[in-house]
Amino acid sequence: MVKPARQRKTAQSTLLMWLIVGWAGFCLVPWYGVEDGFFGFEWLSWGYLFDTDTAPALFLVLQGEKLWLAPLILFLAGPFFSFGRSRDDPAYAKILIICGALGFGWLIAQGFAIGIRGWQFAWIEALAGPLGDRQFGMGYGGLLVASAFLFVFTQGIAARGAINGDIFVVGAIGFVIAIVTVFVFYPILSMLASAFITQDNSYSVGVFFEKFTDRRLWGLACLSGGRCGAAWNSLVLAILVGALTTILGLIFALVVTRTGFRFKRGLRAMTVLPIITPPFVIGLAIILLFGLSGSVTQFVADLFGIAPTRWIYGLPGILIAQLLAFTPIAFLVLIGVVEGVSPSMEEAAQTLRASKWETFRTVSLPLMRPGLANAFLLGFIESMADFGNPLVLGGNFDVLSTEIFFAIVGAQYDQGRAAVLALVLLAFTLGAFYAQRFWLGKKSYTTMTGKGDSGVHPQLPKRLAMPVFTIAGIWTIFTLTIYVMIIYGSFVELWGVNNALTFKHYLTAFSVKFGEHGIHWTGSAWDSFWTTLQIAAISAPLTAAVGLVTAYLLTRQNFAGKSAFEFGTMLSFAIPGTVIGVSYILAFNVPPIEITGTGVILVVSFIFRNMPVGVRAGIASMSQLDKSLDESSLTLGANSWQTFLNVILPLLKPAILAALVYSFVRAMTAISAVIFLVSAQYNMATSYIIGRVENNDYGLAIAYSTTLIIVMLIAVGLLQILVGRTNVGRRLGQSRTNVQANG
Amino acid sequence: MTLTGNSNAASVSFENVTKIYGTDVRAVNDISVDIAAGTLVTLLGPSGCGKTTTLRLIAGLEMSTGGTIRIGDKDVTKLPATDRDVSMVFQSYALFPHMTVMENVSYGLKFSGFSKNETRERAAAGLELVGLADYGTRLPSELSGGQQQRVAVARALVLEPQVLLFDEPLSNLDAKLRRQVREEIREIQQKLGLTVVYVTHDQEEALAVSDRIIVMNNAVVAQDGTPRELYDAPANRFVADFIGEANILTCEVASVIADRAQVRLGDYVADLPSRGIESGSALLAVRPNRVIVGEAGMEKSIPGEILRFTYVGNHLELTVSTEHGQIFATSTDVDAEYTPGDAVGVTFASKGPVLLRD
Repeated sequence: MVKPARQRKTAQSTLLMWLIVGWAGFCLVPWYGVEDGFFGFEWLSWGYLFDTDTAPALFLVLQGEKLWLAPLILFLAGPFFSFGRSRDDPAYAKILIICGALGFGWLIAQGFAIGIRGWQFAWIEALAGPLGDRQFGMGYGGLLVASAFLFVFTQGIAARGAINGDIFVVGAIGFVIAIVTVFVFYPILSMLASAFITQDNSYSVGVFFEKFTDRRLWGLACLSGGRCGAAWNSLVLAILVGALTTILGLIFALVVTRTGFRFKRGLRAMTVLPIITPPFVIGLAIILLFGLSGSVTQFVADLFGIAPTRWIYGLPGILIAQLLAFTPIAFLVLIGVVEGVSPSMEEAAQTLRASKWETFRTVSLPLMRPGLANAFLLGFIESMADFGNPLVLGGNFDVLSTEIFFAIVGAQYDQGRAAVLALVLLAFTLGAFYAQRFWLGKKSYTTMTGKGDSGVHPQLPKRLAMPVFTIAGIWTIFTLTIYVMIIYGSFVELWGVNNALTFKHYLTAFSVKFGEHGIHWTGSAWDSFWTTLQIAAISAPLTAAVGLVTAYLLTRQNFAGKSAFEFGTMLSFAIPGTVIGVSYILAFNVPPIEITGTGVILVVSFIFRNMPVGVRAGIASMSQLDKSLDESSLTLGANSWQTFLNVILPLLKPAILAALVYSFVRAMTAISAVIFLVSAQYNMATSYIIGRVENNDYGLAIAYSTTLIIVMLIAVGLLQILVGRTNVGRRLGQSRTNVQANG
Repeated sequence: MTLTGNSNAASVSFENVTKIYGTDVRAVNDISVDIAAGTLVTLLGPSGCGKTTTLRLIAGLEMSTGGTIRIGDKDVTKLPATDRDVSMVFQSYALFPHMTVMENVSYGLKFSGFSKNETRERAAAGLELVGLADYGTRLPSELSGGQQQRVAVARALVLEPQVLLFDEPLSNLDAKLRRQVREEIREIQQKLGLTVVYVTHDQEEALAVSDRIIVMNNAVVAQDGTPRELYDAPANRFVADFIGEANILTCEVASVIADRAQVRLGDYVADLPSRGIESGSALLAVRPNRVIVGEAGMEKSIPGEILRFTYVGNHLELTVSTEHGQIFATSTDVDAEYTPGDAVGVTFASKGPVLLRD
């Protein structure tokens, strides 16, 4: 048959393609990052080849500059010796592995060794003498050459027989490991390092302990009327938020699945609202209601003659705002789990003479444990990472995320302190992450079996139904009030002072003039608005792609070190945005990867912040696709890449949509990491709004937020149309098997 | 164009093949078998005996831990599924739910370097062969179970593979359809001269379709032979019991002379092929339809008492309690009437009882 020959040809042409990419990166495009950013192409004029700032590596070396790039030529040329050799020849694999590894290694070594001030390390300077030259962060050229080396290396590994010699799978594993290392582990490690740096740039453990044992971090004075440390505040707040959101989420999930409640769809739709709401907007609305000049405060003050206080600022305010913001997330986690509890188990319990209440207590609730743990963990981490609400409502209640922010941007400008605070924050979230795993242990919570489950969930027992309905009702009304306040507030002249209705805020932010040169975007918000849309639109598909490929590797392939791989990809889920923000500016402010102040760093931070959700969505839907679908495609002669493209992707459209929507929305509403990474040129909507809030310009801030919410509703609708549906007919029965409901 | 004789059909051979999952789970333990080109061979055995693993080793969906696998003259031990010229019909059919029947059948052709026209013609011929020529534009979910099964067969057939694999293809069909589809599969196999390896745990199905049956148990081959050999001359107790039911009784071999053994079981005595068994204690396997239940005190009979009596339409099922254990018998004399407790005599047909090693 012709097939084996064809396979060899594919491997050969893939190798050739990556070599061409590598050589193009070396000879054709600027080696270093160009001034006007990754997406600017102003360098594309004729002189670029000879201008040292934009010249490709080859031209630099030919002109006798940056000679340390010269060895790369050797490693790029090496793989050509593999041509003409059989793929089974051990020399073929050896050539590719050696060239790929050495090339990649050299690229990294020179990047770290030589920086803006020449040699980066004193000992190299002592050894090799002063360099008299320097280099900036790598650009297109470096990127292309690095990818070429990476994939040459993985093809070598594949040729040695790893994963049945599958170049797509080995390449994908290598790629995910490389990007997670560069954009998750490397920044965290650089942050760890900078926690030990003293004023005069040397390392010291003492500095770390001095900052770590700070009274502002661990003080317990609030027990005696003073102010407590930020670490305790954050911890208490996060535990409260985690526990309460879980309870509220469970209550809503029970209302939707186990009562005759009639407006289930409405309730589900309402839970989407907070997800597309920038997190601090709820904080703003709470100020409008309960602040000094808030409507409720004024009303109560008039009614009872009590002087208005600032009670809402501090723990109560932040707690209420975070509960409103994060309960829907807990609901979304729990609804799946509550629905997932197999009705036949509950029916079995009832036939064994357990009453409804006993069934709920002894069967349903224990089976929901993984969901409850997940919901708590999410609430805990979200609360720890939340930046907007504490900033707006914090008052004297310091929390870690805002403290980190002020350590970096405030007058104190203390990177070391920011790093220490970020490490404490990280320790809390990772601690919660492990506590959850420990609690769940190895018990099996699988409740869905492959067999048809035709039973129905029992109704809630009476003694549970009444309180559940009451709480859900009150909370729903409260949430609706908050949203009405947001919309109403955006039309009010000056809240509490001048309650006249006006379009003023919308006009200031989004006015447009039609001049002789076309449209003038005169509103003050347009800049950040377009940037936000652009960054969100770029990062959403990338996030979905990385997430789904990772999910594919985790569900469909077996390889050594798979659990470490899974841990690495899920790690950024437990890292609060604030920590990502701090670690990124510490790591990517200097060569070899110098991207602070660009749009790229925003895109990258969104990809790795939101990737775990893409991975989870992908894993959930891929584990519903029977593996025999892949296998039959393989036995029919398609390779794993063709299988991924033709069989898996089309069946994953719901997961793709979920990942796209989520990453798009998060990119538009995120604030915690963004606030550190924005620059004058790339300002995001959320950080612009926070700026307005700090100037007490609430009207504009709320008007802008309302606009964002509406834009996101439209965008979600458009995405739904764009991705479309895969028609699989009435039944999917024969291809769906075990739906694992655990974890 | 129609699909005619398959010049590609190739033999499959396993040489000391072992598959270990994890560190110590032996799914297939040192198996050596040869499957001739153009034959239909069944892998038969209880759940977890390693038959499906063996099939997946042929397909390249699992890689062997040790040993050599050949298809035709070629060593394919290290080749992944994509590169082997083998196609497989899955238990769940694994039809791609988002593609029409035609797209499903064309899928493999698309990746095998056929031109567009040829792909269409071959796919149409494949559908024609399984009698679904008019269903090309439907989605798999719009077909019945039996039709889906045929699409899966057509999809695998059109590639004219060296070996065609079936993984319990009938287990999702109802009993009547099962008989019909298995006859169709056999017919197509013989018409096109395909090499087919077929996995099932249903011994009746195996006996009906196979040229040869490989019975597996506990990751090794228990017996390898034609259906008649397995049924009439099981090599051991497991095969005797698994292929059709058998009464396994402990008997006494009095003497062995020139490959004939004098066997005694209470009052029953017989002269049977010794099959390498020496005198002493041995096992006697007797099919229920070779058991004769008659009047008490019948010549060379074991006395017993009716324990259960069931009328199942075309025959009777009798369980007789004797001092050598319970004996299960079927009788075609459906008009006979027994009541539990009746004293009877049990003896065996002259051809049928088989000696097994204890």
